[in-house]
Amino acid sequence: MPENVLRLEDVTMQFGGVVAVNNLSLEVNRGEIVALIGPNGAGKTTAFNCVTGVYEPTNGIIRFNEEQIVANHPRGKMKKLYNGENAKKYVGSKTISPTPDEITKLGIARTFQNIRLWKSMTVFDNVLTAKHMRARHNVFSATLRISYAEEKRMREETEALLAEQNLLQYAGDLAVSLPYGLQRRLEIARALATDPALLLLDEPAAGMNPQETQDLGQFIVQIKDKYNLTVFMIEHHMDLVMQFSDRIYVIDFGKLICEGTPDVVQADPRVINAYLGVG
Amino acid sequence: MGKKNKTELWIALVAIALVYIVVIILEQTMSPGNILFTVLKKGAIYSLVAVSMNLLNGFTGLFSLGQAGFMLIGAYTYAILTMPVAVKLSDQVYKYYDCIIHFDTGILVGLICAGIAAAVFAALIGLPVLRLKSDYLAIATLGFAEIIRAIFQWNTLGPVTNGANVMREYKDLTSVVIPIINVRIPPTLFVFIVAGLCIAFIVLLINSSYGRAFKAIRDDEIAAEAMGINLFRHKQMSFVISSFFAGISGALLAMFQYTVVASQFKSAMTYEILLIVVIGGIGSISGSCIASFLYIALSEWWLRGLDMGKFLGIDAPGIFRSGFRRFIFSIIIMVIVLFFSRGLMGDKELSFRWLAKKLRRKRSGEAAAKGGGPNA
Repeated sequence: MPENVLRLEDVTMQFGGVVAVNNLSLEVNRGEIVALIGPNGAGKTTAFNCVTGVYEPTNGIIRFNEEQIVANHPRGKMKKLYNGENAKKYVGSKTISPTPDEITKLGIARTFQNIRLWKSMTVFDNVLTAKHMRARHNVFSATLRISYAEEKRMREETEALLAEQNLLQYAGDLAVSLPYGLQRRLEIARALATDPALLLLDEPAAGMNPQETQDLGQFIVQIKDKYNLTVFMIEHHMDLVMQFSDRIYVIDFGKLICEGTPDVVQADPRVINAYLGVG
Repeated sequence: MGKKNKTELWIALVAIALVYIVVIILEQTMSPGNILFTVLKKGAIYSLVAVSMNLLNGFTGLFSLGQAGFMLIGAYTYAILTMPVAVKLSDQVYKYYDCIIHFDTGILVGLICAGIAAAVFAALIGLPVLRLKSDYLAIATLGFAEIIRAIFQWNTLGPVTNGANVMREYKDLTSVVIPIINVRIPPTLFVFIVAGLCIAFIVLLINSSYGRAFKAIRDDEIAAEAMGINLFRHKQMSFVISSFFAGISGALLAMFQYTVVASQFKSAMTYEILLIVVIGGIGSISGSCIASFLYIALSEWWLRGLDMGKFLGIDAPGIFRSGFRRFIFSIIIMVIVLFFSRGLMGDKELSFRWLAKKLRRKRSGEAAAKGGGPNA
């Protein structure tokens, strides 16, 4: 029995009349690379945003290491109108709606579809700032340099992390001055700086050519092994998905249409229909 | 990298020490009534409040316009606390009310309490207000500043705040004495010391881990949140710290002016400070300091003649009459904004890198010469 790191149970996210994620259940096991794929507008990023606390799902439960981290139901805080599947299932249970920083503190780090580095900061500071959350200091000890040892430790760790990611030579440059591929890599490095157990990658290979995509795939496997990570990613590059992921979930119009190993998914007629239209 | 920074730091420290030495010398040699001291004192006070506003607007990305309100709280807290009990009980100041505060404190306690009072208010106001973003935050903070002013002028609070009447007879800059050894600190030096310490704290804060978190929030809130930075807590922290120093600068302003009245802390004052921050460069501490001294020097000193009929030796009472100064001043500001659209300093700091480089080159040259000596 593999150990669940992340489990979504009947997660639904409704915006007005649009059901972006519809009754989605999936699980990610420890040490796996799991991909979430689907056509444009299928609700992949919305599902990510539900996990990371950006959105409050309309219904459903999300567990991290078997512990409920997000929970909501139609009668909950939002009082949203929702009568879809499993609408009554969680009524009466307590709702949990954490903010993104609380989710990150639990050990779930993410990257963004459109790179969101801190523009005015150097490469080094981008990674160093991500270490702020776990540092043991308060505003006075940090300002008056009482916790100087902590600051020094953060800097050393950042330097080590950048060296591992081959980014150390750019440490003093502004993050936005890096070429596109390196910005993606820096965003992953920044996410790693928060000491995650689960890494959510939102289209890490967007805008990359086949060679860069291949390198990125190997890079993901490499950091996964090195930091004992579990990786859950959204991706459109099928070569990356098929070659490097252990299991794949396919969603379309917010609904799960297929799951399984790359071979199973590739052969599934529903997936082909979703991508190419019914022939 | 480390060594280069160290040289720069030393040069900066020496430069700051020089400024203080110059202030001490000036104060020993020139008559205290000289306009220069007015400019220096007021400039230092405005530097502090501009830097505190820059911490919010420039480094945390919170466009807040409540600075005058917090200065008012600081000024009044200071005035009420340090006014001698005898004055409070007589009808010198509290003419229409019976003052209900029957104690007084020293200057240092008064200053710190001024900051704390402003910070406490900021923490309360921050709870609802900091959930707003950009322009809405500016409007809300501006509104709260006006409310604070109205409250301090309120008749019912008269026994504490003296209503809308002037506060005076509290401890001003002429009565700053170091306890025990009984040495008088000259007024300008005292303002420079307090403002300098406060600005130093803000600079240290900005360069600490928390400062980086503030900048992260300014650059990209969503990314900051996703990297585990608690938005509300950090915004609140920045707001409270900024208000603390605004409160202290309000108290210094009260000390400098000898009298203080709530109606002077209008939103126009906030705009004045905002102007200094924008001219100096949003996100530049040294820019704010330079701009505030320039601003005060221009408006209080260099352009004074434009109002008095005489300017740069030209005698033209027909043109140079009351109000002309404002006209010229506006043009200067427009020129600055047109040609330095990101402020005098942009988001850079005053840098001594060139000097550091020169020094290092010289030193390495000397070392090379020394090293070469025995061989030759």
